[in-house]
Parts: sequence; structure tokens; C-alpha cells
Amino acid sequence: MTMPGSEGIHVGGLYKVFGANPAGVMPYVHEGMGKQELLEDHGHVLGLRDINLDVAPHSIQVVMGLSGSGKSTLVRHINRLIDPTEGDIRIDGEDMLALDAAALKQLRRYKISMVFQRFALFPHRTVMENVGYGLALQGLARSARAARAARWVERVGLQGYEDSYPHHLSGGMQQRVGLARALATDADILLMDEAFSALDPLIRSDMRALLLDLQHELHKTIVFVTHDLEEAIEIGDRIAILRDGEVVQNGDSQDIVLRPADSYIADFTKSINRGRVIRVGSIMEPLRPDLAGPDCAHDMTIEDALPLAVASPGGEARVVSAEGEPVGAVSLGALVRALGNSREADRAAAGAAGPGA
Amino acid sequence: MTDWVLNFPTLDIATLRAVHKSIDAAYKTFSRNYGDAIESVFDPLLWLLIKFEWVLLNAPWWVIVLAIAGICYSASRRVRLSLGVIVAFLVIGVLGMWEDTMRTLAIIFVATLIAIAIGIPLGIAMSRSDRMQAFMTPILDVMQTMPIFVYLIPVVMLFGLGKIPGLIAVVIYAVPPVIRLTNLGIRLVDQEVLEAADAFGAGTWRRLFGVQLPLALPNIMAGVNQTIMMALSMVVIASMIGVKGLGMPVLQAVTNQYFALGLFNGAAVVGLAIVFDRVTQSYGRRIQAQRQA
Repeated sequence: MTMPGSEGIHVGGLYKVFGANPAGVMPYVHEGMGKQELLEDHGHVLGLRDINLDVAPHSIQVVMGLSGSGKSTLVRHINRLIDPTEGDIRIDGEDMLALDAAALKQLRRYKISMVFQRFALFPHRTVMENVGYGLALQGLARSARAARAARWVERVGLQGYEDSYPHHLSGGMQQRVGLARALATDADILLMDEAFSALDPLIRSDMRALLLDLQHELHKTIVFVTHDLEEAIEIGDRIAILRDGEVVQNGDSQDIVLRPADSYIADFTKSINRGRVIRVGSIMEPLRPDLAGPDCAHDMTIEDALPLAVASPGGEARVVSAEGEPVGAVSLGALVRALGNSREADRAAAGAAGPGA
Repeated sequence: MTDWVLNFPTLDIATLRAVHKSIDAAYKTFSRNYGDAIESVFDPLLWLLIKFEWVLLNAPWWVIVLAIAGICYSASRRVRLSLGVIVAFLVIGVLGMWEDTMRTLAIIFVATLIAIAIGIPLGIAMSRSDRMQAFMTPILDVMQTMPIFVYLIPVVMLFGLGKIPGLIAVVIYAVPPVIRLTNLGIRLVDQEVLEAADAFGAGTWRRLFGVQLPLALPNIMAGVNQTIMMALSMVVIASMIGVKGLGMPVLQAVTNQYFALGLFNGAAVVGLAIVFDRVTQSYGRRIQAQRQA
């Protein structure tokens, strides 16, 4: 990761309190007063507590949590749809909180765009007009706008629907419009607030594939909010897990699944198919010089590596890096143990008194 | 037992009369001093009303009927409704009420224009601030419940009899629905859609004209519809202060017990009301249907 704050998105010491006099109750929050107590004794809702998050440019940062954990609140701080009670928000080193209304408008027009959970399309505008909305705000002439909007409509697979109104489209198609509208402005940063949560499972995985495909080509900095761990693991370079307004763990998918920070996260990971998530690079043992083959790539999943290990005479496989260098070894036993670790997570979750999923 | 326990303690008649007199005198002085100045403010409206009335009265009747049917069709896209409008106006003409109907049409048209021009901005202001809404709501309540005749007194004192006081009385009576429904329509716009407009960097004006007003339009149209209906019912009463049109014969019929005359002219008002109502409603439905189903 690059130096915090100089590039990408930096969120530091962010607090958000909802209520009549948020600043007035901040001293209690700093003294460590809990969410419940703050609500009962002072009538204020603690939305976010001491959030520190750095999102590297061109990466996908997932923010995950159950409803009420503050994930949507957090993502709205990045384009300042919500202003923080306290803290620091920087984009490419620029202090977001110092922006005046005009500069903020410019930022939202050119630098950050957003996709919404319930699509939030303009019902009185056609698909083309919706996609071109950000471009109209940028001041683009009608013809240039139409050409660029048409390209994005096609890119998300909606050619032929240019003149339809949102109500004529299915949920999945509406969200394609939402995605095209956000991409059309050429903003570097894309905020996606539970963008696929309202869709059917099959459509959802189509949309994830579309997003990953687009990201492969566009290299945006994406902050993706979801309550679905499977979705988080599939698309996130890093996953921050939020609970009651605090980040309880921030790491890549391997960290979350193999080393859950507490029973709350372990509970989340319980239902995950570990064979498809854990990669051999995460569980490999030191390389022995006498080990010959077979080779498996370091980012191969357990599910894919198992047949290789089974087929090899010693029950072992060599792990090679992206450059083709041998970097470690995995045995059949280690692979199976990694699958079974979930039972420990189960026990940890069952033994904890924390809130159930 | 003292008197005030048994009888309500009223001001004595002399004092009460003095209070009435001083209010009346103050208002009279006000209207004597400023009446002409205020009336001149309304001159452009009077001019518009007279011109419009002149066109309606002097153009050939069939041109007017066709024009109204054309407007009806372009707003509603309904052939049968448009044919119904033609029949209604032909019947009105045959029964000898053409001229009065045209005069009523003229004043309704101008009154509605003024009501929209005043009502929509006020409704927008109300939707933008809860304090403004709290301030306006009781005023609108008073405007809608105060007996209609009470409006007429100060208006007549200020402007005398004629078209302008009639127009003002009609507008005061008819403007509340368009204000209320503009406010309501804007407040009902989906918050998430507004958030999207914000997230793409729309300013206050772009948000208002690009998102809020278009999405509130069906409600605003319902308000305009109500305003027209109220203006029509007020036009009959405004005949008491010299507004010509369908109200005059109705007033005559009431004072002389001419049942048939009253019935025919009343029916003409109803006919106009149905035409206005169906046209504005189907226009409202049409813009809504475009976005749904």
C-alpha cells in the first residue's frame, strides 16, 4: 500500500454522531461511552466510531457489515452526502472537509460517482437521459453527451433500450443503467452502496462479473458496500468489516477467512465454502528442495489444488509464484486441514455471547 | 351574584360600534389613498383579460369550438373526450349562452394563470422550509374556510365594482389548492432520487427544475385542476360585484325566481367544469403513464 493519504482515499479518526447536538456529546464518546448508553442517557445515535481506512488507488475496497452497522453512512462520507462529526477525509491528499459548496459540486461531477441500492434512477428520464445526467451536469453539449452515453449504454449491454423509461426495465437492467450513469462521468472513484443487494442471486452474479470485467479495463478506485460475505470475497481486494459503527477487521479475503479477528467475524465466515475461497499461497509451508512437482499457482483455490495433490505420489504439490518461481509446498493433509478449520470457527462462534447472524 | 356570572361579559354596543367604525375608517382611508395605485398594478392583468375576452367574443364561434377541441385533444389524446367537448359547446351556443360562457372562460383562464404564477413559487417555498410551511398552512386554512362573501367586501372597497376586483376575489379563493399540492408533490419526491442528483453534483436549481418539479408534476396538475374548479364556483358569486358571465343570469334567476334560466346557466357552468376537469386530469394521467406501466 502507498503512503496513507497521498493517493487514493484516506479516512482517519472519523466519528459520526446523529442527534441534536453531536459536538456536545463527543467528549463522552471519546471517554469510551457505548452506543447503547449514549442513546439512552443522551439521546444521540453513534453512527461511526474512530474509523481509519485507507483505500489504495485502482483497488476495490469492500465495506461489509449487517444493517445498522454504519456501512452506508461511511460510504456517504466519502462524497460528503453526510458530513462527519469529527475526523479527516482526504482524496489524493486533498482535504475533503475544506471544500466549499462549489468545489464539492465539481468533485461530485468529475471525481466521484455513485451507484445506489434501489437504483435511484430518474423515473421521468429515458435510459439515455439517465446515463447522460452526469454529463449534462458537466456541461457537455447535447451531441457529445448522446455519443458518450450511447457508448456506456452499449458497454453495460442495454443497446436497444436507449429510449425506454426505467419502469419498463427489470431490476438488473435498471442497475445496469445505474452503473452506466456512474461510469459515464469518467470519475476515478466509484462508490457502490449495496449496489447489487436488491437483485436476484443469478442477476447479482452477472452484475459482479460485469463489474469485475469493467474494473479489469478501467482500474477505478471502488468502495463497495455489501452485507454479503460471499460477494465481498469475490470482488474485494480488501474487506473492512464494520460492526456497531466500528471497523473490527480490515484485510484481504484470506485474512478474513483464515484469521477472523473475533467470533463476530468467525460467525460470518461459517457459511463460506472455504475450498473456493482459500488460496494455496495462504496456507503453504516452506519449500523443501527435494520436492519436484506437480506445480500449482499460488492463487489456486484449495478446491482446484486438491486433485493435483491427490494425484501426486507423495500427496504434495509445489506452489509457484505469479512469475513461475517455486515459493512453497502444500500437502494433502494441509489442504484438508484448511477446509476443516471452519469447525474451529464454528466453535468460536458458538462459544461467544455476541449477537448471532 | 354579579352580572358577569350569569351573562357573558360583552363589550357594550357603543364600544363595539366604535371598534367597527375605527377599523372601517382606517381601511377606507387606506383604500382612498392607495386604491388607485394598487389598481394600476393590476392594469396589465386587466388588459390581458379584456384582450382575451375580445378574442373569444369576436372570433367566429366555430373557430373557437375547433380550437378548444384541438387543445383538449393535444392535452388528453382522447378522441371521444374531444368530441364530447364539441357537443357541450354546441349545446351551450344553441341555448343562447355563448357570450356569457366566453366571458366566464376568459376570466377563468386569466385567474388560473395568475393562480399558477403565484401558487407554484409559494408551494416551492413551502416545500423547502418547514418554517415556511408552518407559517403558510394556517393562512391557507383561513383562505379556504372564510365565507366567500367576506372576501368581497374589502376587495370592493378597494377597487369598486368590475373585472379587477372580481378577478382578485376569484384568485384568492382559488389559489390554495395549487400551493398545497405543489408543496406536497415536491415533498413526496423519492429521497433516494434526490440523493442521486446530489451525488452527481446537481445544485439547488438543477435539482428543482430537473428532478423535483418534473416528478411533482402529477400532483401539481391535480392542484391546478382543483384551482380551476374553485375558480368556476367563485365566478358565479363574483357576479355580485359586477363580473359578467354565466354568474349574472344565475344571480338574476335567484332574485327573480326564474328556475329555467338558473338551471340552464348552472348547467353551462357544470359543462365547463367537466371539460376543464377531464382535460387537466387526463393530461396529468398521460404524463404519469409515460413513466410507468
